[in-house]
Amino acid sequence: MKNFENYPEIAKKIRKNIIEAGWACGVRGGHFGGSLSIVDILTVLYKTVLKYDVKNPLKTDRDRFILSKGHCAQALYAALYEFGFISKEQLLSFNADNGDFPSHCVMNPQYGIELSSGSLGIGLSFAIGQALALNQHVKHYVLVGNGELNEGSVWEAIMFAGHKNIDSICVIVDDNGMQLDGFSNAILPVSNWKEKFSAFLWDVVEIDGHNFNEIEKALTTKHTGHPLAVIAHTVKGKGISFMENNPQWHHHSLNQEQYNQALTELGDALC
Amino acid sequence: MLVNNEIIQNFSRISSRGVFGQALTDISKENKDLRIVVADVSSSARLSGIDTDKIINVGIAEQNMIGIAAGLASEGKLVYATSFAPFASMRCYEMIRTQLGYMNLNVKIVGLMSGLAGGVVGNTHYGLEDIAIMRVIPNMTILSPADGLETYKAIQASTCIEGPCYIRLTGINGFTPVYKEDYEFNVGKAITLREGEDVAIIATGTMVGEAVRASRALSKNNISTTVIDMHTIKPIDKQAVKYAFENHKLVVTIEEHSIIGGLGSAVAEYASSLKNVAPQLILGIPDKFGKVGDYMFMLKQYGLTAPQIVEKILENY
Repeated sequence: MKNFENYPEIAKKIRKNIIEAGWACGVRGGHFGGSLSIVDILTVLYKTVLKYDVKNPLKTDRDRFILSKGHCAQALYAALYEFGFISKEQLLSFNADNGDFPSHCVMNPQYGIELSSGSLGIGLSFAIGQALALNQHVKHYVLVGNGELNEGSVWEAIMFAGHKNIDSICVIVDDNGMQLDGFSNAILPVSNWKEKFSAFLWDVVEIDGHNFNEIEKALTTKHTGHPLAVIAHTVKGKGISFMENNPQWHHHSLNQEQYNQALTELGDALC
Repeated sequence: MLVNNEIIQNFSRISSRGVFGQALTDISKENKDLRIVVADVSSSARLSGIDTDKIINVGIAEQNMIGIAAGLASEGKLVYATSFAPFASMRCYEMIRTQLGYMNLNVKIVGLMSGLAGGVVGNTHYGLEDIAIMRVIPNMTILSPADGLETYKAIQASTCIEGPCYIRLTGINGFTPVYKEDYEFNVGKAITLREGEDVAIIATGTMVGEAVRASRALSKNNISTTVIDMHTIKPIDKQAVKYAFENHKLVVTIEEHSIIGGLGSAVAEYASSLKNVAPQLILGIPDKFGKVGDYMFMLKQYGLTAPQIVEKILENY
């Protein structure tokens, strides 16, 4: 880990990695919007929160990070490259034929990928199973999307984890207010997060998902007794102006002009 | 386990569900990594003899059941997940496909009360399609034991299968034992119960017993029959299928499952590659939702009792 760097610098690099991976696969495109909204959360997770050894990624007592919103694997790969799990060549093989790094991630703990996801609504149940198998010193961080909370299976798991007081689990909701068809408010909004999670016996904090101090505080404050839900309010496409809050960039590909502009907006971060 | 007549009669009395509970109770004494995830059916699955810390009851939430089972398996546990067959297989099907098949995780799903065993509880609780949908998932093994003793052996054998497995339990309390003494059970290796020259019957689950009875009746019509217990549907025992098709004038498959996608289909898919062999008659549950009744009524409605099987074979022979 490059400890001398601060959060904004790392986040900028991860955003740039997302752009480079998406650019490398050309018209195949990527899930830019939802990937960019979780970058700041991933930055804090991998820099400060998660316990892992990049030289020994299979270490039994590593914290488990589960990307349940698997369509944003592009951001996970971008972070895994930044923190030394995968090579640049592997990052740039995003969406390549016969590759290990497709749009929706494939379980490969060696590379820091704990779950084959992409099918929404399976990550929390999986994490509960892992938590029941492991001791309490291992923490389980599950990143879900606000749209993913449309899936009933997530609520089965929320109900169960709350009932069993599985306090080694932390769910982070990336609430960017959008989903595939556009703005969630017009599709199936899930509002009153606090009341909903609390009703199932979870502790809940709401934060600005792009404020590093708030993210760090929410994810590092010692917490016992109940599972924790961190509701992170984010912006889909965060950091690239023409992608922000633009439904088109849920999944799309870059042209030369857009690629240049994205890099300009990200400044001089080195990939 | 010492197999004797008392045990066989007891297994018949307690049905496949009771045997399942008994087998897991025995496994739990030896295997500290055993975990059982149940969707509010622990009493139905007869799990009361097992330490409660090995049982995770998720409530009526089969999708969560499979996800939790997958997570446990990913950390090295030997996991059984169970509910009534349609709910254990269909309600959470995509979870099974993605988390157990795609991720090749070591979870055994046990479909209780499959086939028509539900009787008057009706079509919602019948297992009519489970073989069909489980068969198309890569990495999945499918076991379908014929009676109580074979259920015990199948559950025991499943502990040695690395990867996902679906165990289909058919039969009601008091179902007739097929096996009267101990025998060797190997996953993927069908068992020839009777040898004949004219007709080969390949059956699975409770229909193995009916096939044996049909075979005895057919011998009175001077038709000699081979009866094969295909307890493993996937991978299918190709050698046994080939033998049946190449050495008989008619091959009949029988299953307490839809005629679409089950044992008959699995056999036909392989047999279609064989040249100049016998035709196949597929017997099972027709492609419709019938009226509901008790177990014997249902078997008769669908022509799955031994005398009806004899009639159909005579018509087609």
